[in-house]
Amino acid sequence: MVTLTDEFMLEMQRRMLRIRAFDERASKMVKRGHIPGTVHTSIGQEAQVVGATMALGDNDYMSGNHRSHGHPIGKGSPLGPLMAELQGKGTGVCKGKGGSLHLADFNVGSLGESGIVGSSIPIAMGAALSSQVLGRDTVALAFFGDGAANQGVLYESMNMSGTWKLPVIFLCENNQYALSTPAHTVTSGVIADRAAGFGIPGVRVEDGQDVLAVYAAVSEAVARARRGEGPTLIEVVTYRYNEHSEGLRLGTDYRPSDEREAWLKKDPIVLFREHLIANGHTAEAMDALEAEVLAEVDAAVEFSENSPWPDASVGFDDLYTDSEYAA
Amino acid sequence: MSVMSFLGAIGAAQKEAMDADDRVIIIGEDVEANVYGTTGGGKTRQETGDFVQMYGRNRIRNTPISEEGIVGAAAGAAMTGLRPIVDLSYSSFLYMAMDQLVNQVAKNRYMFGGQASMPAVFRSAMFYGLNTGAHHSDRPYPMFMNVPGLKIMVPSTPSDAKGLLRTAIDMDDPVLTFEACILWGLKEEVNDDEFWLPFGVARTHREGTDVTIVAISSSVQEALAAAAELEAEGVSVEVIDPRTLVPLDKQAILNSVAKTGRLVVVEPAHRTCGAAGEISAIVAEEVFDSLKAPIVRLTAPDMQIPFSPALEKQMYPSKDGIVDAVRRVTGQARLVAVGE
Ligand SMILES: Cc1ncc(C[n+]2csc(CCOP(=O)(O)OP(=O)(O)O)c2C)c(N)n1
Ligand SMILES: [Mg+2]
Repeated sequence: MVTLTDEFMLEMQRRMLRIRAFDERASKMVKRGHIPGTVHTSIGQEAQVVGATMALGDNDYMSGNHRSHGHPIGKGSPLGPLMAELQGKGTGVCKGKGGSLHLADFNVGSLGESGIVGSSIPIAMGAALSSQVLGRDTVALAFFGDGAANQGVLYESMNMSGTWKLPVIFLCENNQYALSTPAHTVTSGVIADRAAGFGIPGVRVEDGQDVLAVYAAVSEAVARARRGEGPTLIEVVTYRYNEHSEGLRLGTDYRPSDEREAWLKKDPIVLFREHLIANGHTAEAMDALEAEVLAEVDAAVEFSENSPWPDASVGFDDLYTDSEYAA
Repeated sequence: MSVMSFLGAIGAAQKEAMDADDRVIIIGEDVEANVYGTTGGGKTRQETGDFVQMYGRNRIRNTPISEEGIVGAAAGAAMTGLRPIVDLSYSSFLYMAMDQLVNQVAKNRYMFGGQASMPAVFRSAMFYGLNTGAHHSDRPYPMFMNVPGLKIMVPSTPSDAKGLLRTAIDMDDPVLTFEACILWGLKEEVNDDEFWLPFGVARTHREGTDVTIVAISSSVQEALAAAAELEAEGVSVEVIDPRTLVPLDKQAILNSVAKTGRLVVVEPAHRTCGAAGEISAIVAEEVFDSLKAPIVRLTAPDMQIPFSPALEKQMYPSKDGIVDAVRRVTGQARLVAVGE
């Protein structure tokens, strides 16, 4: 087990709290019509996200999916421009052109979240290819779900990066459902075991609610990648507490309620708070941290609410680098 | 200057770009063995022109048959500092990578508010006219004209291929280049020095006053042959090759039609929603008053491409068809059903 500084562990808790508070607020805002469209929250999956993002260095890259806010928050992206993006404001991290599904913050190595399930997996492989060709020591990580694990492009990517020993980590967030579909009904075998077919390590983190367990697994894969030993597939078993997307009410009872109850008892933030307290931090200090993060989210919402809508002309730039329109 | 084939000119542009910038890499199937003849400077593997010997396997990336993965990797690499040239061999294989091309390559810069740039070139050959049957004969460039965010070049001469490809490689936006295989052997004097041809600037191959022919890809050669034949009959034909379809040099086409009053558009792609349809619509919208005759499109029909040489040949516009069309718009022949 790696030994982590107090400061680092507090930062882990802070980032998990940020994701929770940001997503809880975003959920409310969707339901009140303050965020157009919908959002997919990472509530319940914070340990899986932060254990991975904090195992990456500042210059490392990552790509992600529709369950999109946790990834940049976990990588250290400031909350204000993220919230403004969710609201479609001009100060949004993508100028209001991406929205929740397409957050990207290149300043923290976030190469973009993808609304197309599985589509961003080879983007991380490409970032790893850049590192290898240019002789940099950066690595790249692709976040994707158990649903995306059944997209063919994952296997093309594992094969190519395996033969080239690219510094990439394929991180499957197995929250056990793809929308309404239980993973076990559409997934043959164990996802992590699929790595064996490509001659690369496949790791299953059974307790994805334990941020330290996730961190340890991803850190090992990152170290391996930096040593030039190639990719790793990591499957983290976790659970989403909310609906697939906010505002969605699936008529069918696709998730047994006792299952959710059991996972609620394994709340990653509560578990890590207890761990920190057991290791000498006071409950008061933990409460203060939580209050601090809530204030950060308040400030992010205030920043966003006070931000102007983008100018109409913004809709017509950024298509190409050299002119507004190519034609 | 030296005599280069169309294929040799592509190889030369790739070599120049590889020499000029270490961030340029070539990635694709069978690129190492120079199977398609553009990764050996026009030479075979054993000769000194071989790209693998010159640049090594770090920059010449021979891939598995995984088009989606290849294009996705190129997109990710382009967003993080490389300038990949992706060799997709046959243009029919672009469909395997449709998600990456349309959802990632074309959209990322815009979606992410300009944070990403996507300096990647996607090369593919259109094998039509060579009896390869329906799975290898596609001319799919019009589909991609419908995808904002991509730039598209369709060179028709060795010089244009070299100069445009070099510009494409050095450009910060994604470019799809469609190379007609029946042009591969076409030879002409090409500048050996580095040169860059601008996108969005059409080439007027031949000036004329009676009819404008806008021709695309291999149709340019057919149009030039038709124009020579018509000259003997006293018909003066202007032949314009847009060279890039996105961006499109509308002004050159509009100016020409304003002068001639007649337009024939020729291309080897399917009829519906093709480049010819788009160009016709632009002309009808912008210079309708100049038109002295209805616009004529000569295209492939909306039909699959058959294998038999006896069946395939009739599918693409030919010199004779172009001559007929020009005679019709100049009133030298009675109107008959065209193109379909
Ligand atoms: C290619 C594609 N197919 C289907 C969808 C619709 N869709 C969006 S999210 C989703 C479920 C994805 O499940 P998973 O990958 O496990 O991620 P999770 O939502 O559980 O985090 C589906 C089917 C899509 N966006 N893209
Ligand atoms: Mg899932």
